[in-house]
Amino acid sequence: MKVRLKIWRQKNSKSKGAFATYDFDGVSPEMSFLEMLDALNTKLVQEGREPVAFDHDCREGICGSCGMYINGYPHSPVPGITTCHLSMRYFNDGDTITVEPWRAKTFPVIKDLMVDRSAFDKIQVAGGFISVNTGAAPDSNSIPCRKKHADEAFDSASCIGCGACVAACKNASAMLFLSAKISQLALLPQGRIEAKERVREMVSVMDELGFGNCSNTGACEAQCPKGIKLTNIARLNREYYKAF
Amino acid sequence: MIKLDAKIPEGPIAEKWTRYKQSVNLVNPANKKKLDIIVIGTGLAGAGAASALGELGYNVKNFCFQDSPRRAHSVAAQGGINAAKNYKNDGDSIYRLFYDMIKGGDFRAREANVYRAAEVSNDVIDHYTAQGVPFARDYGGTLDNRSFGGVQVSRTFYAKGQTGQQCLLGAYSSLNRQIKLGTVKMFPRREMLELVLIDGKARGIIARNLITGELERHSAHAVVLATGGYGTIYYLSTLAVNSNASAAWKAHRKGALFANPSFVQIHPTSVPQLNDYQAKLTLMSESLRNDGRIWVPKNKDEKRHPNDIPEEERDYFLERRYPAFGNLVPRDVASRAAKERCDAGYGVGKTGLAVNLDFRDAIKKQGKKAIESKYGNLFEMYETITGSDPYDEPMKIYPAGHYTMGGLWVDYELMTTIPGLYAIGESNFSDHGANRLGACSLMQAAGDGYFILPNTISNYLAPEIKTGKIPTDGKEFGEAEKSVTDRINKLLSISGKQTVTSFHKRLGRIMWDYCGMSRNSEGLTKALKMVNELEEEFWKDVNVPGSSDEVNQEIEKAGRVADYFELAKLMITDALHRKESCGAHFREESQTPEGEAMRNDAEFAYVAAWQFNESEKTHTLHKEMLSFVEVEMKERSYK
Amino acid sequence: MNKVLYSSISKKFVMALAGLFLLTFLPVHLAINLMLLNDDPEPFNKAAHFMSTFPFIKVVEVVLFVAIMIHVIWGILLQVQNWIARPVAYKAPNRSDTSPFSRFMIWTGGSIFIFLILHFFNFYFIKLGIVEGDPENFYSVAHNLFKIPAYNIIYWVCFILLGFHLHHAFYSAFQTLGLNHRIWTPVVKVMAAVYAIAIPIGFAYIPFVIWILK
Repeated sequence: MKVRLKIWRQKNSKSKGAFATYDFDGVSPEMSFLEMLDALNTKLVQEGREPVAFDHDCREGICGSCGMYINGYPHSPVPGITTCHLSMRYFNDGDTITVEPWRAKTFPVIKDLMVDRSAFDKIQVAGGFISVNTGAAPDSNSIPCRKKHADEAFDSASCIGCGACVAACKNASAMLFLSAKISQLALLPQGRIEAKERVREMVSVMDELGFGNCSNTGACEAQCPKGIKLTNIARLNREYYKAF
Repeated sequence: MIKLDAKIPEGPIAEKWTRYKQSVNLVNPANKKKLDIIVIGTGLAGAGAASALGELGYNVKNFCFQDSPRRAHSVAAQGGINAAKNYKNDGDSIYRLFYDMIKGGDFRAREANVYRAAEVSNDVIDHYTAQGVPFARDYGGTLDNRSFGGVQVSRTFYAKGQTGQQCLLGAYSSLNRQIKLGTVKMFPRREMLELVLIDGKARGIIARNLITGELERHSAHAVVLATGGYGTIYYLSTLAVNSNASAAWKAHRKGALFANPSFVQIHPTSVPQLNDYQAKLTLMSESLRNDGRIWVPKNKDEKRHPNDIPEEERDYFLERRYPAFGNLVPRDVASRAAKERCDAGYGVGKTGLAVNLDFRDAIKKQGKKAIESKYGNLFEMYETITGSDPYDEPMKIYPAGHYTMGGLWVDYELMTTIPGLYAIGESNFSDHGANRLGACSLMQAAGDGYFILPNTISNYLAPEIKTGKIPTDGKEFGEAEKSVTDRINKLLSISGKQTVTSFHKRLGRIMWDYCGMSRNSEGLTKALKMVNELEEEFWKDVNVPGSSDEVNQEIEKAGRVADYFELAKLMITDALHRKESCGAHFREESQTPEGEAMRNDAEFAYVAAWQFNESEKTHTLHKEMLSFVEVEMKERSYK
Repeated sequence: MNKVLYSSISKKFVMALAGLFLLTFLPVHLAINLMLLNDDPEPFNKAAHFMSTFPFIKVVEVVLFVAIMIHVIWGILLQVQNWIARPVAYKAPNRSDTSPFSRFMIWTGGSIFIFLILHFFNFYFIKLGIVEGDPENFYSVAHNLFKIPAYNIIYWVCFILLGFHLHHAFYSAFQTLGLNHRIWTPVVKVMAAVYAIAIPIGFAYIPFVIWILK
């Protein structure tokens, strides 16, 4: 099949960038979206042109590296998956596909479809941990935890830090990302000890970095490839009020 | 001449580690601040080591090529992590875990290291739990276990099918805590391209900033490699596409011995290759073989839909060959059997490189609901990738390169043959012998990083407290940087016609065909020649576009593939020299009349550690003889 | 402490509280307005008189005014920050699924605020003596206004927009306050829909009767 690709090309963080159009033939419906881009890149290299830069690694939807904005959807028009799991089967012969990098003040474009998500790491560094030194842990079963809470904590912890929530949010807010970590640690007994300091520090850093505010639109939840729920944001809010 | 000394402590096996720790040289807390340590990689081993060393007070610099330490490929491990907690009261113990690993590794691992890995496994689980890793729990609030990988006890801790991700995020959180405290400085999007030796000791690295292209010099009193395995040498594997062996290979070229390079685990159940552009083989959990039946058609040129093929025209080859274990034979056996059928022309799918994994009978017997509750998420994932519904028609699966037991040779202290250079996790060779047991990779990586390395590294660093800061403007750093620059420039200047990836695919194909699941002297000899030719062609005709002072993913790939040619040759050399079948290494010349693997303990009960000779670009073999005091050497049989 | 007061979550908290207070005010206002349908102006005028003279209500009036201003100012503040958070817009429109109307809160809110100013000119400022009129006979003031077609159309449009605003606001306030529950949140969502339809219809019904039916 043949597709028309409108891909955002931007040399580096300082340049302006614009769409480039590629009519790309020979796309197989069995390809994943990223494999289609690989094939395009092979073609570009062979023609002596510069390949499209994009982040990717595990190609099985768990590392959180990949992510691009396809036809108005972060990651994928099909909900619940990362870009690497998006199959070309979803598209039709002759489709025009617009591909942009994720856009947010906090996610500056590095090149083409690659963005800098180090702001996420900064939020985690602010307090996304339990202060326990190696070797200082008690026996695992000495800290029992309700199964319900352990399961919920797992659901929150399955966030892959890809940034789709920020990309989807009209405000480029990182509340879903932050709330996933806050929820995970708030639900576990071992995480309660530092709960107040954690939420204060992490919210404060998130704000300083310049993420937008939460308008409870739910776009983040709709586009999250791991199904992180908005209930996490409500819990984050509760945890925040409790911290004073 | 290098003399391999594993430095195994004296005493009974259960006391070795304790005795070692009691007598090891320590560094005074005040002096730790004066010592710099570089850690490459942020997986379970790397992030674990970086945070543990940071907690101790060392100055740690941690590097990863990904944009965030949270993306290291440990994240993709599914099944679980073993520990000898015996929470199930089913007779588990450190000794039993040790025993299972030695036996599972087909008697090609070092007893003392394996015992220690089993010994610290309990501490690893406790530490992860304390970090907030949400392991599965029972209704009473205690941790749950499951049985995994065909062992007789339930010792596997798990977090749904995302154990690796959860453990990695635990490690990442501890790392973040140390970053906040200032003991660890994080350098993401950096690739180590050279190891710097000063007076024979590892003293630093040259890293390329993958955003600016700038080459950076970083010095330290010790360098720790936690860079994972080299499964992507097959191009298609279950690894992340950017996983590579370059850091380990640079260390090897600088004098670190590489052990058992040909020991690669091939996982039997992955989604097969669908087209030439495919970049990755996604693993489907091994547990599917509990209910799925593996078969191929009996007719070579079968054109019918698998559902239309009657029972009598199906060949359930695992059940036929291994009536006792059937579809549940170990990974290596299942993989080889599938390959045998496909090579004989009975493979299914467009490429003929796949076998059916059929749930028809299980659904008939147990109902769709029961199957859905067990494998629902896996079926969904399969459908997402392939567009075919496993409830309606058989899954197509094929083996894929998965884990490399081989790696840099290390002694009991996890130090390579270069003083001050350590290798931990999958990047070393020590704990899995010729075959890794399920759920032992996370365990070993975390054990190395959190509990072993931080205790052994002080032995080397204790005399280093007087060394002082190591300057990066000396001639050694200059030379190392120049060699990196020269190589990048050379790659850029070739301006040939073929892409890096096309070479990687061809290399992968050669390795897969001749140095994969099943090997023989003729094929390996041929492969060695083919790799040599391909390497030559690469250096003449590769096309690396763009420049070196910007984001250039083609340069990154080119460097990695260039290293893989050299590693491929060593893998083949190793496979060629080991004229026995053991674990994942199957030499067709060494099999029983029934076609099963035949080990040769009299001649090959050793670790093959290869030394690189810079002048002739050849390798010299060193043998570390293995003695099995605790476990009697036995044969594996699944008939 | 300033950091806390002006954190994103605190600002939202204030927004939600002010919003919820305004939500309680609307039914009261509607109840009084419905007296306009009575042919006798007396009850409405009495109620209006009571509302503007009873001391407790006077206090509430101040609170109400402050709540409106906080809701407006904080809303604009948050929105400006939100715009700054994405300085370069997507070229393709964002098609992520969202709760309906949630994307347009600043626009629906802004329209309501403009209507509110008009409303103040028509009534509140008369009472304060800023604008000429008879503060003791709001019944006839209202009836006269509702006979102007253009006014009614503006009025209806604004109440449709108010409905949109309320639909998201009602649920959103609970979420912001952290009041989320497996059973009760879906109930809140239904209540939000009912409220967002009933209140504007109630208000819009009055000019409909006065202008069309009478």
